[in-house]
Amino acid sequence: MSEPLITLEHVTRTFTVKGQTIKAVDDVNLTIPQGEMLCLVGESGCGKTTTGKMIAGLLPTSAGRILYHGKDIATIAGNDRKAYRLGVQMVHQDPYASLNPTQTIYDILAAPLQHHGFTRGEYETKRRICHLLEIVDLTPPDDFLEKYPHQLSGGQRQRVSVARALTVLPTFIVADEAVSMVDVSIRISLLNMFARLKDEMGVGVLLITHDLALAKYFAWEGRIGVMYLGRLVEIGPARQVVEHPQHPYTQVLLSAIPEADPDATRAKPRVALRSTDMPSLLRLPTGCTFHPRCPVFAGEVCENIVPPLEKANWGSEAACHLVHANES
Amino acid sequence: MAEPTLSVRDLSIVYQARRGQVQAVRNISFDVERGEAVALIGESGSGKTTVGLGLMRLLPATANIIGGSIVYRRYKNGSNSASRETEVLALKGDNLRQFRWRECAMVFQSALNALNPVLRISEHFADTAKAHGYLSGYRQGTALRERSWQLLSMVRLDPERVWRSFPHELSGGMRQRVLIALALLLEPQLLILDEPTTALDILTQRNIMDVLKELRDKLGFSMLFISHDLALAAELADRVATVYAGKIIEVGDVRTIFRRPYHPYTIGLIKAVPTLTSDKSSLVSVPGSPPDLIQLPTGCKFHPRCPLADERSQQEEPALIEVEPGHHVACWHWTHAREALKAYRAET
Repeated sequence: MSEPLITLEHVTRTFTVKGQTIKAVDDVNLTIPQGEMLCLVGESGCGKTTTGKMIAGLLPTSAGRILYHGKDIATIAGNDRKAYRLGVQMVHQDPYASLNPTQTIYDILAAPLQHHGFTRGEYETKRRICHLLEIVDLTPPDDFLEKYPHQLSGGQRQRVSVARALTVLPTFIVADEAVSMVDVSIRISLLNMFARLKDEMGVGVLLITHDLALAKYFAWEGRIGVMYLGRLVEIGPARQVVEHPQHPYTQVLLSAIPEADPDATRAKPRVALRSTDMPSLLRLPTGCTFHPRCPVFAGEVCENIVPPLEKANWGSEAACHLVHANES
Repeated sequence: MAEPTLSVRDLSIVYQARRGQVQAVRNISFDVERGEAVALIGESGSGKTTVGLGLMRLLPATANIIGGSIVYRRYKNGSNSASRETEVLALKGDNLRQFRWRECAMVFQSALNALNPVLRISEHFADTAKAHGYLSGYRQGTALRERSWQLLSMVRLDPERVWRSFPHELSGGMRQRVLIALALLLEPQLLILDEPTTALDILTQRNIMDVLKELRDKLGFSMLFISHDLALAAELADRVATVYAGKIIEVGDVRTIFRRPYHPYTIGLIKAVPTLTSDKSSLVSVPGSPPDLIQLPTGCKFHPRCPLADERSQQEEPALIEVEPGHHVACWHWTHAREALKAYRAET
């Protein structure tokens, strides 16, 4: 196995809200090899975006370390630091807010190229930009150079955001809900574009999403991680997680998703929750944080002991006492 | 068979913009039967929300209804013939106010902004009742509370907790359920829901869908969904209409639309949505983007994105015709669209 690109070791992030401390991300361990397609899924407030931001270096961790090529990103310095900052790029959710409306597409893409000395002179810059626009399927590139973001559709803007992330030749892109704001008819083509980046340039992608069907499609050969209230509760090969979910929370999520097939969706068996209310992050349940809602709640052990993320069936890891009990 | 609760005929709505007229809704016709759930599906900018707002006569001042009719029929409980027939477009003043909410209520798109942040939930109910003269006079106090509490429990909220709360104290899903309860306060016969589950988490979405199903079984109102979410339509609708560039291009029974769609756009849309069971290779996106509604393409509005387009598609716009009982399609190539698209995909 190749050397891991990014490693999260016991990463925790807390925020202080009105004098109270909340744990947005709690003791997450994760190893991401080079060129991996990884999806983090979960409901709002589960910490998936915070995790993404910490990986991209936009938020410091409260405890634990994040390593890039084996070096702690909090203390990394000099050339290594520059390599990290360029190597990990972020594509934000809202393509309407993440591009400067007063700059043309050329300006938006030329700035990082010139600032970091990737290209010299206008001719070379323009050639490189045209190449980038072709990579993200904005063709012919000449039609787009002089356009402003407001002249583009949401999907096209998102492609510009990706092209901007690619200007500095990153090794890893964190895409936070990067397709949830574009129309359903073009989501697939955006995801295929990310897949091509991996094949052609070896760029790994962390896609943060709440859509499990989309995650399965995107991370087909990669992995899906499921987060709940700040903890990673299950992670495994994408198709296995969807077809053979191990953690009861993943099972509940999957059974709740409506399908675009009238017969299948109406006949689907549902796993009911014991409580539909999401606990507040201010008063997290003890033990396994899912226990007040868990359909297979097993009493004391769930209430008192935090289950570790351990190997389960189908190549997945899950954080649940019962999954492990059933195995042994 | 009884006449439909709502009959929309040749409805056309334009917006005045600086660049010209935005043709948001072009000659749309459809019915919503008594107790039926119909879904209008389409991409953003297809004009589906404009239809919803037009039905409620809540369009902004820049919009203009340039033609068509919207006939609403009121049924008395248990009766099979309409007791009253109303032309919604002719309503004015008090009559229009009575129509809104009493006959036809709407759950708006952004649940998070649709409630007044300085009013308690109880005051929202009181305001709505007062504005529409519901349970007026001495009866209002307790009777209104009883009715509201009953509705709140129907949408699976704890009335005791919610009643005195301000909107910001409730989660997104709870607010959405408050809005649904509020929409049902005056016992409307038609409920319009604009993207009722967008922006909500999976488990919350599931909860809202279950609530809607339950309410419909209990109260028997008709529903019109406006959504881009095919799964929602598959789960809740009886009939589905695909909207493209302001026009209905295919409409039929929910199973027919998902199993045997004829229009290349509907086929493309269904193929473009990943489901939990779909195989990676079966997914294809619809190339291109929706047309500019100010400068619409000639002929069939989908032709610039359609692999089957020929000269005729470029010149003449196909009309919506009934190709099977209850299944209408607007495409020159509907007879062979599915096979031709399959062959086209195999080639590329």
